[in-house]
Amino acid sequence: MNIALSIAYLVASVCFILGLKLLSSPTTARRGNIYGALGMLIAVIATLTDRQIVDFTYIIVGLIIGGGIGLLMAVRVEMTSMPQMVGLLNGFGGGASTLVAFAEYIRLSGSADLTVWQAGPINLDVLITLVFGLLIGTVTFTGSGVAFAKLQGIMKSAPVLFSFQKQLNLLILVASLILGGLFVVDPSQWYLLLIIIGLSAILGVTSVIPIGGADMPVVISLLNSYSGLAAAMTGFILSNNVLIIAGTLVGTSGIILTQIMCTAMNRSLANVLFAGVGADYEASEETAEQRTVIRYTPEDTAYMLENAQSVIIIPGYGLAVAQAQHILHEVTKLLMERGISVRYAIHPVAGRMPGHMNVLLAEANVPYDLLLEMDQINDDFQNTDISLIIGANDVVNPAARYKKSSPLYGMPILNADKARTVMVCKRSLNPGFAGEDNELFYDKKTMMVFGDAKATLTNLAHLLKK
Amino acid sequence: MTETLMISIYVFVLATFVGVEIISKVPPLLHTPLMSGSNAISGITLVGSLIAAGEGHAGVSVFLGMIGVIFATINVVGGFKVTDRMLGMFKKDGGKPAK
Repeated sequence: MNIALSIAYLVASVCFILGLKLLSSPTTARRGNIYGALGMLIAVIATLTDRQIVDFTYIIVGLIIGGGIGLLMAVRVEMTSMPQMVGLLNGFGGGASTLVAFAEYIRLSGSADLTVWQAGPINLDVLITLVFGLLIGTVTFTGSGVAFAKLQGIMKSAPVLFSFQKQLNLLILVASLILGGLFVVDPSQWYLLLIIIGLSAILGVTSVIPIGGADMPVVISLLNSYSGLAAAMTGFILSNNVLIIAGTLVGTSGIILTQIMCTAMNRSLANVLFAGVGADYEASEETAEQRTVIRYTPEDTAYMLENAQSVIIIPGYGLAVAQAQHILHEVTKLLMERGISVRYAIHPVAGRMPGHMNVLLAEANVPYDLLLEMDQINDDFQNTDISLIIGANDVVNPAARYKKSSPLYGMPILNADKARTVMVCKRSLNPGFAGEDNELFYDKKTMMVFGDAKATLTNLAHLLKK
Repeated sequence: MTETLMISIYVFVLATFVGVEIISKVPPLLHTPLMSGSNAISGITLVGSLIAAGEGHAGVSVFLGMIGVIFATINVVGGFKVTDRMLGMFKKDGGKPAK
């Protein structure tokens, strides 16, 4: 590798690090993303000057096709579909790593024909990382495909379980590693790599299908991490530091987000990956206890809200499903015009991926300084007149605090019940993903307003305008 | 174990620490853009694909390289563009978009 190329890669690495660093504040985040893109541009241009590249035809074709598809996807995707988009991108990243690793193997073999082996001695570490690169890249590719299909509704989001599933996954993994070992011993056995790719492809599918729709934020984060790791492995194969640095940064980012999501749901990663939680979700819809709740109309809530001084809104994914973010912001503005303090409390698992709810609200023009994290706002509920819960359930279920038998027990929740009055806007009394009935709905100070979030809020906005 | 591998491992370990340090400072507010943006960065495999696709001889590896270029470019262009689009939506009270 020549000096100029090495320096260009170093500059690119610094751009990536700076770019991620600038993501620490919403005021600099956009600039950070541009730094990242700039780093990528530098790395690509520098690579194109590499003497190994003699023919640009395929490169140009690839860049145009890929760039066109990427741009189209990025411009057209709905913000509610962001998890699918990220899932798909993870998959492409993983797939690219697999392809690069295999192409490098062919190059090392010294002949364009797979069956002819003309390679000199190959370093052991290249061979080992080659196996891992193919494995992780392919698992990411097919695993992301399944995650995408589940989120997009192409596949049912409920867990797909069969007997000896864990054992099968373990068997596939062990078999791949044994074949990998055989390959390292005799690298001319190219078909071993194809079998490893095939097995990894199956493993990606069988390890994601048992995970339910509600746990997808964790899976997407984990696959994000894998796609980074796959890129880092490719860096090991090619002895290319910018690949190692960029891949590792993404790998750690994905792992950190995975951990945050698990903590927020009070689940261990193992439990998310293997327990098949949500399998009986469809069946449990009618199990809500026959207790009485007090039903209110939008007129009642409008009256209460007008006379409040402080309101905290708790949005859940139900809000986004009803496409009610914009009208919610209308209501917020009307309340703020009356001098009422309004803020939003965002639970870490609100939405379908880390930070998703913030994006959905930002799209509806809600200023980001009104969006507060759980730790920032949880102590304020007790001094708040009204907590307005829209389309959220498990994240405000007090059972998480004390009911040891509940699947929610121990999960950090928003203290919505500490406010003087609780308003819940919901379609029905059905329990949330965890299947746990929410006693908050039956509390004396809770006002239940049943109906579609968008219709209710539209009604409310109309009443507040008077 | 070769010296190149040793250097690679050094880089890997140090990058992990840098990663943990900077990523843990990203607020939950920006976790979705963080994911899509870092995702775009993992499209750095594009660099490897470019070399494979440009080797000149019309073999399997060039074809794989080209598919790799397509995949990685979708990842890179799609990731950075959608992140920019999202971050443009984050506005402070005055309604001014972030820079």
